[in-house]
Amino acid sequence: MATLMTERKRSALTRGRLPKYTPYVIALSAVVIAAALMSLIGFHVFGWAVLSAVLFVIGNVTAAGVVEGRRKATDKFATSLVYGAFLVALLPLISVIWTVLVNGVPGLLTPGFLSTSMNGVTGAVDNASVKDGTPVVGGVYHALMGSVMITLWATLISVPVGLLTAIYLVEYSAGNTFSKVITFLVDVMTGIPSIVAGLFAAAFFAMILGPGTKTGFVAAVALSVLMIPVVVRSSEEMLKIVPNELREAAYALGVRKWRTILKVVIPTAISGIASGVTLAIARVIGETAPLLVTAGFATTINMNVFSGWMASLPTFIYTQIMTPTSPSNADPSTQRAWAAALLLIILVMLLNLGARLVARLFAPKTGR
Amino acid sequence: MKALHIGRVAAVLTVGALALTACGTDNVVETGNGATTGASAGPTVTGTLTGTGASSISAAMDAWKAGFESANSGAKVQYSPEGSGAGRKALIAGAVQFAGSDAYLKDEELVSAQEKCGPDGAINVPWYISPITVAFNVEGVKALKLDADTIAKIFRGDIKNWNDAAIKAANPDATLPDLAITPVHRSDNSGTTENFTDYLAAAAKTVWTDAKSGDWPTALPGENAKGTSGVVKTTTETAGAITYADDSAVTDALGKVELKVGDTFVPVTAEAAAIAVDAATVVEGRSANDLSLKLDRTTTVAGAYPAVLVSYGVFCAHYPDAATVDLVKSFGTFVLSDEGQKQAADAAKSAPLSAALATKAKASVDSISVAK
Amino acid sequence: MSTTKLARRAGTGRTGDKVFSGAALGAGALIVAVLFAVALFLVVQALPTFSAPAADITGGEGFFTYIFPIVIGTLIAATIALLIATPIGIAVALFISHYAPRKLARGLGYVVDLLAAIPSVVYGAWGASFLASQLKVPYQWLAENMGWIPLFAGPASSTGKTILTAGIVLAVMVLPIIASLTREIFLQAPMLHQEAALALGATRWEMIRMAVLPFARGGIISAVMLGLGRALGETMAVALVLSSGPLIASLIRSGNQTIAAEIALDFPEAFGLRMHELIAAGLVLFLITLAVNMVARWIINRHKEFSGAN
Repeated sequence: MATLMTERKRSALTRGRLPKYTPYVIALSAVVIAAALMSLIGFHVFGWAVLSAVLFVIGNVTAAGVVEGRRKATDKFATSLVYGAFLVALLPLISVIWTVLVNGVPGLLTPGFLSTSMNGVTGAVDNASVKDGTPVVGGVYHALMGSVMITLWATLISVPVGLLTAIYLVEYSAGNTFSKVITFLVDVMTGIPSIVAGLFAAAFFAMILGPGTKTGFVAAVALSVLMIPVVVRSSEEMLKIVPNELREAAYALGVRKWRTILKVVIPTAISGIASGVTLAIARVIGETAPLLVTAGFATTINMNVFSGWMASLPTFIYTQIMTPTSPSNADPSTQRAWAAALLLIILVMLLNLGARLVARLFAPKTGR
Repeated sequence: MKALHIGRVAAVLTVGALALTACGTDNVVETGNGATTGASAGPTVTGTLTGTGASSISAAMDAWKAGFESANSGAKVQYSPEGSGAGRKALIAGAVQFAGSDAYLKDEELVSAQEKCGPDGAINVPWYISPITVAFNVEGVKALKLDADTIAKIFRGDIKNWNDAAIKAANPDATLPDLAITPVHRSDNSGTTENFTDYLAAAAKTVWTDAKSGDWPTALPGENAKGTSGVVKTTTETAGAITYADDSAVTDALGKVELKVGDTFVPVTAEAAAIAVDAATVVEGRSANDLSLKLDRTTTVAGAYPAVLVSYGVFCAHYPDAATVDLVKSFGTFVLSDEGQKQAADAAKSAPLSAALATKAKASVDSISVAK
Repeated sequence: MSTTKLARRAGTGRTGDKVFSGAALGAGALIVAVLFAVALFLVVQALPTFSAPAADITGGEGFFTYIFPIVIGTLIAATIALLIATPIGIAVALFISHYAPRKLARGLGYVVDLLAAIPSVVYGAWGASFLASQLKVPYQWLAENMGWIPLFAGPASSTGKTILTAGIVLAVMVLPIIASLTREIFLQAPMLHQEAALALGATRWEMIRMAVLPFARGGIISAVMLGLGRALGETMAVALVLSSGPLIASLIRSGNQTIAAEIALDFPEAFGLRMHELIAAGLVLFLITLAVNMVARWIINRHKEFSGAN
């Protein structure tokens, strides 16, 4: 048996390769050595983890370098870096999500939070609920509906405009001067500070409909100004990487250009486009400043985007954190704010699911 | 995969929750629960009143809105807390019917208001008083007696440690640790900062050499945070920190400074703040109905607490139609009534206007009329 | 009979083409018009700042003395954010597209997309209340041991709310944007090239370097630029996290300020000239983003041969 094992190890195919268990051995020794080193300079869990990871990478790469050669060592090193970066990226993200969950769940589970507005909820009400220990009164329904409506309208405006512009840039313009101008301006548009977009929309509608016009639609226009460049840029990238062979094949079959774009180019790129649109929505759905100057600040339900002030989740969160309903008992407001933040994230999650569903329905098989 | 699974479950739950909420309601607070009856109101009015302005009064405004709307079922008040500057801008542009502002309109702003409000321009009516507390985080110390000079030196970084002789001299009984002082101020431009620096510039002339300003002088050392809640939070989390903030937001975790007024030390209370506002003089050279107040920060009136913020309701002197005039007058009268002031005090812990000032303010509101 | 049918179908096809290309062109023109209007609005609103006497501007020494420190502050914060977020974001994207098991990768991609959705107020609150206090100790250590480097000159902030913290929060915010977009690009890299590289005996890393990264270069730059746009223009998170002050070199003391945060903090109370000043500051931010984007476009255009549509 023993001789058989050694023979197999020397087989030409596996010569110069580390046995499969090597990483585990190195990992274990890295953890032990790190613990020993840490005990010398003072133990700290975080430091221990970091030191173990560093030792593991060094050990792994060195072992590969000695036994398997330089190329394998580089590969191992790159792999370690990619995994390491991923773990590092997870830390703050988990921390943020954890913070939102811990603070947001109690509020979200309060009865009536999702079905009532803030109409009539005053500091006195909050003071009473803190004093008597009763559940926090007041909900987020008006803000949730407002956010959904405003974002929906903003999406309805920006996705067609953005996508068509991207199509023009990639498929029709052939790099002419006008396309260069558009590209240039779209770049400029990504640099518009969000408050400026809000002020612009407010000023524009004040000019047309008279001063003080604040409706959900004005807010949707302001958000569109912020959304369109994101949609254009991401869809442009996605359309660009659709292989030319596909287009040429379609043309060769006599398919019209617009049919080619609709049936071949867009479906190929739809997953990326959907991702880009989700990103664009995510970019604007959390905006506070432009909403306050364009949609006002409401505490009651308003379902009409064309008339009256409208609440939204970000303005709700912002005002509840910054100016609590009862300044002396801020806890109910803080609870509502975190719950609303959690709700906003869930909302985007649903949008994201929807976008993925769309992408999966239309996307061709990629062989992946 | 697990994350995806949880995501799906969460999504299903949310869809369910959303479906449940498809019939949301504005009936949040049952009548009689905290809200008041409309007993004191006159004939009810209808319509929508729109205002914009200071965020400092938003808690009080929530209370006023609720009280006013329950007394006048056909009326609706909407207020967007975008800031005093935004509010004054909106009033001058004719975009709103009233503005909330932590500072009264300046002369040139009154002139520009004439374009939309008519030749008599706008009037400033005080409707909200908030004492500004100097709060600190020193373990075991809940009250300190300090004069304006010492406070100014602390905020300028001239006094760097809590066991400084100047602090000890006025507080022989307090056990002051050997701890560095971290002054915390507002990072945003605010009425609170403007009133506090005004107090320091007037009461501690020799030490506080900067002019009053809504922006804290950037050259001074210290930390800062956004908004009243931000400075209170930062101070609560940082040992040895000191800040100034609207009294309503200062929690019991922090100690409060008693200000030296004349020869005595006055702790912060609503009554003391109202006394200081009563000692103020009306700014001269304005229309008889304008109640812009010039606060006397160096007042020696017994029991006055001079570090106060007075917030104004800014109205047009004339509105084009009678309906708006009725609505504005009705709302203004409600806010300035005992009941309105009490509701704000309950909700926002503000200091109610004194009876004398409230009467004058009500007279101002009453003068609002239809443009000829 | 059949020829007319064919002709008719060809005719409708041509109309479709015309309508479609017209709509595409119209959308482009609309963007041009909107942008022109926004630019006009900004310039008109900013103009009074430049004609006002220098003494009236905040700081009393003219607009450029006022704007210079916060321009630098903006660049510092955005640079920190991109220095951290770009490599990590690309690595995360690579992990999802080429390293993680396929089923896990889909879930992870979803989580990353989701993170782009967390509102900036939440990131700000998290940074101010959690991250800043966690960083107090490391900053103290940096000030004591690396204080001779001007970037880490002490005394360290007692609240941890420094420009470095703000940069880290911004990095966390732009990371999902970069990761999500580059992931899509990596997934689109031609499978044939990758398989060919592997078949020739390349290791996984060599395959990525030769067949994936060159293909994705333009897309990566685009993604980074979108991230930069957010980092430069982010208001609320910086306003909540940063304890602002005058321009200083040290990253671990309270100080510095960004344009967007300055606008967010002062705009609500701004009136008259101050408002025009802040809009002029917005115009400057606009120009910075523009310059950075132009450089990025130029780089992308140099590598155009890798994109499929040419």
